[in-house]
Amino acid sequence: MTVSAGRKTIYSYDYRRSPDQEARDIVRRPAVVVGAGPVGLAAAIDLGLRGVPVVLIDDADRIGEGSRGICWAKRTLEICDRLGVGEQLVAQGVTWKLGKVFHGDDLVFSFDLLPEEGHKMPAFINLQQFYLEKALVGRADELDAVDLRWKNRLIGLEQHNDHVRLTIDTPDGPYKLDADWLIAADGARSNTRDMLGLTFSGVTFEDRFLIADIRMAADFPTERRFWFDPPFHTGQSALMHRQPGNIWRIDLQLGPNADVAEEQKPERVTARLKRMLGDRPFELEWISIYRFNCRRLDRFVHGRVIFIGDAAHQVSPFGARGANSGIQDAENLAWKLAAVIKGEADAGLLATYEAERIQAADENIAHSTRSTDFIAPHSAAEHSLRNAVLALAPKAEFARRMINSGRLSVATVYDTGLSTPDESPFAGSARLGAPLPDCPVRIPDGSAGYLLETLDDGFTLLTFKNGASSQSVPDGISRVSIGEDLADPDGVLTQRLDATPGAAYLLRPDQHLCARWRSLDRGKVAAARDRALGKV
Amino acid sequence: MPKLVTASQFANPDAAYVALVEARRGLDERAAAALDTRLTLILANHIGDIDVLKEAIALAKQS
Repeated sequence: MTVSAGRKTIYSYDYRRSPDQEARDIVRRPAVVVGAGPVGLAAAIDLGLRGVPVVLIDDADRIGEGSRGICWAKRTLEICDRLGVGEQLVAQGVTWKLGKVFHGDDLVFSFDLLPEEGHKMPAFINLQQFYLEKALVGRADELDAVDLRWKNRLIGLEQHNDHVRLTIDTPDGPYKLDADWLIAADGARSNTRDMLGLTFSGVTFEDRFLIADIRMAADFPTERRFWFDPPFHTGQSALMHRQPGNIWRIDLQLGPNADVAEEQKPERVTARLKRMLGDRPFELEWISIYRFNCRRLDRFVHGRVIFIGDAAHQVSPFGARGANSGIQDAENLAWKLAAVIKGEADAGLLATYEAERIQAADENIAHSTRSTDFIAPHSAAEHSLRNAVLALAPKAEFARRMINSGRLSVATVYDTGLSTPDESPFAGSARLGAPLPDCPVRIPDGSAGYLLETLDDGFTLLTFKNGASSQSVPDGISRVSIGEDLADPDGVLTQRLDATPGAAYLLRPDQHLCARWRSLDRGKVAAARDRALGKV
Repeated sequence: MPKLVTASQFANPDAAYVALVEARRGLDERAAAALDTRLTLILANHIGDIDVLKEAIALAKQS
């Protein structure tokens, strides 16, 4: 639902003819990904790193500008770090963790998204989506397993029993390609979704929002600032976020009756921003007007076609749950699909992609809907309730806790059959079904690092040393012994995992904790790993 | 010594807000005000403590 001027090209890439286009017989590939946005790129790179040859097609040959994702959450950055671009993104981005909420002129609520130290990745960075896409394209180009084809538009799709036959249009005309699995990462207006005739149901919010990126030299603090009913934009809300390079994202609520054509005129936008920014000089980089949707597909897996990211679900931007959840979809799917393609698991494992990521999508939609309900009440009666919460907030903590300007993206704790229930209680911040909390560690050469960056791409068993005994672990699981392979110099890891000597923690290939025990039993580890591969 | 609790007591404050907002969804202001009045009476009785009720009234009037 974007209304915007044409996008300026920021990076462009070359169409290259693939040998598949000349092949006498239709070529068959194990995995094809449609859509080289952040989500499709992450999926393709993850599959490639897991040894699955993957074709990634995109109908464009460029990355364009525009007001799209800017906030990248800690879990997304951890995934990007595993994919090989995390440090680059953090270096390019603006790191932040503080949020402030104002009502009128008054600060009514503030929050710190990462109150503890000892994580490699920050709570959030802000970085224009095109930089993230460029970094991922660069990474994909380094991998022989990823075959990225620009100007390849999916125009036809036939589902067969054990594959999908694709018709792909190119500047040299169309060609056919067979895929064992098709991953649809083609965004909110997914063409793949339309070709399968799938409904995409949910709520559209009536209010329109102006989103402007401006260039401005300003020394405002690096924090998310949100206003309800500010003096510069009476009766509506406003949001301000810093991006790298003196670019600021400003989001102004316009109400349900805004005149879209009128509100997009630069002079109109400039006047609105001047009321907010005073005489400080600025230039408009990008303007668009949005209405938000919260909706999802009923199912994410349709035969041999699997939907990820905005193609599967959409949320409002309050909470940064769109692109972040899409990249988390990609990570959830990649290891499972790789296991299926390599014959290590049955196709039934993919049903757990759907179950886990529908749980995440529903969580994201619920949060996003609540935030949007609070920010843009549907009626005068709802408005009065919202305003009552804001009015009570300075004097009553309970009201401050109800203020909702967006609950920011955190990783979902999967309530999943892939986890083996705990036999004994565990305290600490590690949760079964959640990504393992990162921790500072020391590697044997004496240098300092972080736990998650030391893990490899498969199943890992973290064990805590207990005397000299060292039971072997089942084949195909990497063992990391804390006390031997890695040291926990400050005891932070021990505390976050509530570890005792001899304790063992089994991690899925996506770094989620799927089983833990107070003592290591080889048979139980093997059973838990099989369970996490959907074999039980 | 105030008896009124203003610290957040809901495990999930957003869910409590949603319950209140959904109760008034589709109502005009007058109908919502009537709903609120009935809710006030129900919750006041549930609390059953005149000192708390008076403190709550004072807080609501100040805000």
